[in-house]
Amino acid sequence: MSFIELKNVNKIYKNGITALADVSVAIEKGEFVFVIGLTASGKSTFIKMLYREEKPNSGTVTVGGLNVGKIRNRKVYKLRRKIGIVFQDFKLLPKLTVYENVAFALECVGMKEKEIRPKVLNALERVGLKEKVRSFPNELSGGEQQRVCIARAIVNEPKLLICDEPTGNLDPETSKEIMKVIDNINKDLKTTIIMATHDKDIVNRMKKRVLVIDHGILVGDYAKGRYKAHESN
Amino acid sequence: MKAIRIIGRSFRDAFKSVGRNFSLSFASILCTTITLILVAVAIVVAANIENATKLIEDEFSIVVYLKKDVTDAQLENIQTDIKAQPNVEQIDFKSKDEWKMDMEEYSDTFDTILNYLDENPLFNSISVKVKDIEEIGSTAKYIKKIEGVESVKYGEGMVENVVSTFDVVEKVVVVTVIALVLVTAFLISNTIKLTIFSRRNEIEIMRLVGASNISIKLPFLIEGFIIGLIGSIIPICITIYGYVILYAQMGGELFTNMAVLIKPYNFVFFVSLVLVVIGSIVGMLGSLKAVRKYLKI
Repeated sequence: MSFIELKNVNKIYKNGITALADVSVAIEKGEFVFVIGLTASGKSTFIKMLYREEKPNSGTVTVGGLNVGKIRNRKVYKLRRKIGIVFQDFKLLPKLTVYENVAFALECVGMKEKEIRPKVLNALERVGLKEKVRSFPNELSGGEQQRVCIARAIVNEPKLLICDEPTGNLDPETSKEIMKVIDNINKDLKTTIIMATHDKDIVNRMKKRVLVIDHGILVGDYAKGRYKAHESN
Repeated sequence: MKAIRIIGRSFRDAFKSVGRNFSLSFASILCTTITLILVAVAIVVAANIENATKLIEDEFSIVVYLKKDVTDAQLENIQTDIKAQPNVEQIDFKSKDEWKMDMEEYSDTFDTILNYLDENPLFNSISVKVKDIEEIGSTAKYIKKIEGVESVKYGEGMVENVVSTFDVVEKVVVVTVIALVLVTAFLISNTIKLTIFSRRNEIEIMRLVGASNISIKLPFLIEGFIIGLIGSIIPICITIYGYVILYAQMGGELFTNMAVLIKPYNFVFFVSLVLVVIGSIVGMLGSLKAVRKYLKI
């Protein structure tokens, strides 16, 4: 069985909009996959399905052997501890410092203070923010905030890193740096990475596996380097 | 170990967030304070009315006058018969000689008149305390039928009026207290809901990084508890000092010497305890209810 498997997944929202229609896909451990599509194409729903922010109406979503759709509300945390999530809007706590924001993820899990410290510093070093541990999020640039978010996502050493448009709010230069950080995580830590984006430059440059979703349908699954975004897309 | 760490962190976070969200915490605390003051006043008033009615009701008793020719054996029988009544609390026999002595002591006029007569014109009597004042009429009726009883007096008419008035007052007071407690609960939980609404991002992030629902709820629960606790400080001070001063000012009486106020000590501590319990429990439940809303998908 693959690390991540979607089988005939359908999602229809209560307002009648079909977000995903009969999507089946398998992703192996250590892969780096882009999920692309226009706004409202269903790629966000696809991503949210993986960390059970949404449940499928039918079909099964399996992540690391867990049937995600079947997880009870009370047990969601068990899944969340195995995955890291990076958001477009960073979702940092404004009243906590950089260090505290990253440590927060480990404190929630109930880890010892002694173990937390080296892990947090390690994660911050990996994203290149070790000097800013005492800063508050509003003292950082957008790129730096996104690095904090990435550090928080990987501090627990997850097997899967989900990125929902991580570069959506950043300028191209900063986006490049962020992508470098994410790519290194994939290479060094062998973390599986699934990233939703509509930044064609990034997709073209990185030459990874690409899933294309349009109107809720998986219209393309291109192996590494096969996908080439056209201007019309 | 892990559980202890999570609880420890919850306490730390709760205190931190009361401080960090001070303006909102302050609003919750203020709201708790104001409503608890109302509750305190209501409890004090209610308890005193309850106490006064009890005391006044206790004053009522049935006086049974016995026939002149009742023998000692008969007297014994009458007393056992009355005592056997379920509504009878206690009986006191008072002989006509005792009555005479009392009256002679009371005024010289009685003294002269009574000594003028050859025979003591007074009756032997039994005073009967009842358990339930509302049943006093039927108890009196029963006693009247006992062999050897001359007559029975219990303040007919007046007793019924007093009893029914007190009944209404008591009900009104109880309803008021309950309503106030409910209003308090509603206000506190609403204010806390507002403070939590402003922190729904925090809850969302906690969920996303894999905090279990319990470890998310715990800091908020403790925070609600702290808010309730702090909010009950001023009402408690007002209750303790206010009531002690009031008691001293009024000389321990409620307008007439028929009704005395409840003694301040122990009573004020009891009311304080009730306030702390209401404040902290309502605070906890209020924040629990509010957090729950954000823990659903």
